[in-house]
Formats: sequence, C-alpha cells, structure tokens
Amino acid sequence: MNIHEYQGKQLLRDYGVAVSNGRVAFSPDEAVKAAKELSTEVVVVKAQIHAGGRGKAGGVKIAKNLDEVREYAKELLGKTLVTHQTGPEGKEVKRLLIEEGSDIKKEYYVGLVVDRATDRVTLMGSEEGGMDIEEVAEKTPEKIFKEVVDPVVGLTGFQARRMAFNMNIPTHLVNKAAKFMTGLYQVFIEKDASIVEINPLVVTGDDNVLALDAKFNFDDNALYRHKDIVELRDFEEEDPKEIEASKYDLSYISLDGNIGCMVNGAGLAMATMDTINYYGGTPANFLDVGGGATAEKVTEAFKIILSDEHVKGIFVNIFGGIMKCDVIAEGVIAAAKEVGLEVPLVVRLEGTNVDRGKALLNESGLNIIAADTMADGAQKIVELVG
Amino acid sequence: MSIYINKDTKVIVQGITGSTALFHTKQMLEYGTKIVGGVTPGKGGTEVEGVPVFNTVEEAVKATGANVSVIYVPAPFAADAIMEATDAELDMTICITEHIPVIDMIKVKRYMEGKKTRLVGPNCPGVITADECKIGIMPGYIHTKGHVGVVSRSGTLTYEATHQLSQAGIGQTTAVGIGGDPVNGTNFIDVLKEFNEDPETYAVVMIGEIGGTAEEEAAEWVKANMTKPVVGFIGGQTAPPGKRMGHAGAIISGGKGTAAEKIKAMNAAGIEVADTPSVIGETLIKVIKEKGLYEKCKTH
Repeated sequence: MNIHEYQGKQLLRDYGVAVSNGRVAFSPDEAVKAAKELSTEVVVVKAQIHAGGRGKAGGVKIAKNLDEVREYAKELLGKTLVTHQTGPEGKEVKRLLIEEGSDIKKEYYVGLVVDRATDRVTLMGSEEGGMDIEEVAEKTPEKIFKEVVDPVVGLTGFQARRMAFNMNIPTHLVNKAAKFMTGLYQVFIEKDASIVEINPLVVTGDDNVLALDAKFNFDDNALYRHKDIVELRDFEEEDPKEIEASKYDLSYISLDGNIGCMVNGAGLAMATMDTINYYGGTPANFLDVGGGATAEKVTEAFKIILSDEHVKGIFVNIFGGIMKCDVIAEGVIAAAKEVGLEVPLVVRLEGTNVDRGKALLNESGLNIIAADTMADGAQKIVELVG
Repeated sequence: MSIYINKDTKVIVQGITGSTALFHTKQMLEYGTKIVGGVTPGKGGTEVEGVPVFNTVEEAVKATGANVSVIYVPAPFAADAIMEATDAELDMTICITEHIPVIDMIKVKRYMEGKKTRLVGPNCPGVITADECKIGIMPGYIHTKGHVGVVSRSGTLTYEATHQLSQAGIGQTTAVGIGGDPVNGTNFIDVLKEFNEDPETYAVVMIGEIGGTAEEEAAEWVKANMTKPVVGFIGGQTAPPGKRMGHAGAIISGGKGTAAEKIKAMNAAGIEVADTPSVIGETLIKVIKEKGLYEKCKTH
C-alpha cells in the first residue's frame, strides 16, 4: 500500500525525524490558509499523487506570496499530471501539500529496502540526491553506499555515521544525519514498510538535515496490525476494480487487453497471461483467486471480470491444489447465472476434485467451452475473441 | 532415492485442527505420508483423523520421534510456528502459510542462523517424493515415481510441469516448491545441490518467476557446478513493471527482476527455457533425448 508524501512526512514527524513544516490542502482557500500558518515567506505548493517524477511534470511550484499560492493551487488542483510512473493516462491532482520553503545547500538520497539477497533490511545512501536513483545505480554505482541491518540490534549508530561520512554529509552535521537515519529505520520496522525513500534528503543553510520528499510503501501482509496506516489509504489513487477485488482478498491487477482471466496461484496466473500473449491475444487482467477461495469469492471474482467493459471473453484456468475444482465450478456457475454471461467462456480444470468440478459445469446448462490444457484453452479463447 | 523426504520421514502437522490443515492431513494420510502427530496449543491430548494432537512441537517430537513438520498456521502466528519447529531441532519445517509479513520473516531467518532446521517456504505448496511421502497441498495423483527433480517458486506451475511429465511417462524423484515470498528458507541453489548429488535424479526442471535475482544466481551456480541437464521456465514474461503479481516476491522494480534478464542468464548457463508453460514437459524430453537420458528417465 502506498501513501501520500504529506502523510509520510507526518509519520516521520511522529518519530522525531526532521521534515519541513507543511499542511495538506484540498482547495485554493485551504492552500492560502495553510500558507498563512507557515513561518516562511516562500512556500512550496506540491501536488500529492501516488507517483514519483512530480517535479519534472510541473507538479511542484515555488510561491513567493499568498497570491501566488492561490494561483498555483488553482492551477494544480484538478490538473492531470503525467510522470514516468503514472502511465500515459496520468493522475488527477486532488490534494496539495503546502510547505515551508527551505534554503537548500545540497541534496542527498537515503532509502531503506528489504534486500532479498541477504534477507535483511538494507540502508542505501548517496550524495547524488534529487535524481532518479536507478539511474545513479546504473551509471555511477560507486556513489551508492549500503549498510545491511541486523534485525536483532537494528541500525547501529556506527553504521548510520559511516553512511553519513560516505555520503559526504558535512562533518558537523553527521550526527544529525545519523539520528535521521536511525529514526527512519525505526519507522520502517515498526510500521512494516517495504520501501522508504527520501529523495532528496537536504542539508539547509541553517544547518538542518531534512526530508524534502518522503515515499512510503507498506507490506500489505502486515496491514492487519497497523490500523493507523490503513486509514491513510486513498481509494481515489487506485483502480476501482482492484479496490473491489481487495475487499474479497483477491489478487487482481487491471491490464489493457480484452481476455478476462481467472486463475488460481500467482505463478499460473502470470503464465496464463504469458500464454494468451504467446497465441496473439491480450489479457484484460491478472487474477489469482488464491488458495482458500470459497464459491462466493469466486463469484465476486467473476463479477469483477465481467464489470470490465473491454472484456470480450473469459478464460478460467485452474490447477487445484489447496483450491478445489468443484468450488471453482460452483462459483463460476453462480456468477454466470447471477449476472448473465454474454461473452465466450473457456474453462480448463485440473487437480483436486477435478471430476466433481467438470461434472458440475457439464450439468449447469451453461455454454462453457472445455479445454484440456492451458495452451488449448488459451488458443480457444484467443480465437473466440478474434 | 530422493531428496529431503522419503517413506521413512515422520511428519507432524502444526495447526492441525484448522479446516485447511485437516483437509490436507487427510489427503497426506491417504497418500501414505507418515503423519505421526499434530500440534495445536490447547488441544493437546485430543486426536484428529487418528493422529494424536500435542500442545507444543517439543512435546510432539519427544512423543513421536518426528523429524519434519508442516505448517498450516494462520499468517499472524506462522513466523512463531517456524521458530518453534526450529527450537525443537527438526530436520526440516515446510511452511505452507502465505501472507506472512516480511519483517517477521527477516527475524525468523536471523533466528534460524546456525541452527539445524531447514525451512522450505513460506507461501509454498510443499515437498513431495512420488509414491513415498507428500507434505503440503499438492494434488498427489499427478506425480509418478521416476528420475526428474522439480524445483519451483510457484505452486500451481509445479503442478503444471509435473503433470506434463507424468503424462509423458517421465516420473519424478522429488518436487520442491520453494515459495513466492521475497524472504524464504530454501532457495534454488540449495535444491539444485541436492538434486546434483542424488544418484536417482538424472535431470531437473527449474521454474522461476519475475522479481529478485534468485534465478540469475542459480544459473551461475548451474554453470559452475551442475553435472545434470536443467530446463526452465519463467512466469511473468508479460507482467507490467511496478505491479506485485500475486506473490509478494513477484515484482519488477527499478527495472530489475524481469523475465528477460532471467531467461538470458539461464540460457547463458546452458539451461533451455520453455517458451510457454505448456511445453515445459516437451522441452525437458527434447533435452534428455539429446543427452541420451530419455530411456533411463522413461518410467512407462
């Protein structure tokens, strides 16, 4: 789950990690009111969307007075920003962060990620701040430093200081930077984040070390123990079909094609997309109904697929292990009867309780095209969709 | 022969009284797996499916001599269950549970360092040695005894591959699902090493997916060490970047972890990679024919 920059900064503030003062605003009036409450003359008006690259896309403005704040707020609210992370359709700005301007001396990068190679949380830092860090990693990998954290003791003081020295933070500010990093690690662990990126971290003219941006991503599997984080979820930033699917614990991702897919298991669901593509079709979605799905969940999954107007045919591909084929069949039949099925449906069943599942489909009276294998099913649905 | 588990493996089921665990305990017993006990705190002294239930893993191990456990405990408690199995000094614990928070798994991995127990999973289908021992949730009937080892990050794709092999008359030694989480126990290289040393395994199928670099590391290991042919498949060749494809670990981030990179690394290591999952079996057969191993691998 992602959150907005202003929410991330509030979280940092709660943990004593230094950030600029700022307020969220949903209208130009609120923006002006927020700017009045801040202590600096120059304020920054920042578009809040769940995507990076906002600066380059014109989503960050420097206002020198309240009139400019109003002007920029009017301009940005309702505007669609297209960045390298939003896709070509872009994202509409509905919230702004009004923040105190900072006298920036230098920009740095600090991030925390789960490193799969070491099974540890890793702190990453660089003096090449404010840039695309992937580009830095590509072009000048020697400018990125890493500290692998032992979960028993957490990020140690010496590691944080070593990082600060490696990043060439001015010596008299190394302790401030180290405190920043240990605070950041504490938020990461206590809130079950999966990525935190501060890009840029800045050193200011008045000798502060501040987060100028804050990008948080949280582990969905840990949200059950963080009600405060769940409350920060902004549904307007997400695909409505994906929201609907998440209510039923279905793993659904919208894609651009016209063949709806319902599959059990993430690996098989990905492979089903690949196979449809291989035979010249395009999948409308990724959908893993998961292991413990009930007939009701399968019904909901089917309804979500059918709610996508681009869907011209459906391919159900099940290899039951923990998932039983008869449960899938019951769900498909119930959904087809409930919402009416006007597009071709190809079903391939294999695995646990396969005979009962096939019998149920045969007896249902529905117009279902049976497939023997994944390739057979993919070819059939691609042909039917045309 | 086989790897990790065989007909003598004694298994306890952690979380045995849950509905999923009960269903699969029944299936494992039917397959012939020696389930010697179960654990559910507070239900010690009772019995399910003719299997005695204990309050703790330690107690269950003392009473039954079990050497492997399988975990069906719900995600919020699964990390603790893995550590309990480790504390009881089992040879292996196989964690089926999905959705365990990754920070929990980081702590678990740290806890297990230097200890005896091997972890398989979490978020995996389990391990099966055909006709001898099935531990997990895979459908038993698709497996036949033979000479091909299978290792995979995906449960359902393991079934897909194994089913194709069995239908083509190519049996398996052991199939190991290592799971789809970013932080897991046993990795590709661990399993490939075992297959390389197992005299009954003549060839290996390795199934990966997008995210991380485990396949690239395995490919390097294969190139340097593997004496047996390996064929592969990578799921997610058409997955969009930045989206988590069902498995917590299946995500292309920062341009890393793409199927194309993995396939390239595998090909460079002499691993033939199937174009679609439907031809994993065919691809293996082609390769073992080239190596003169087909007749030795054919089981009927």
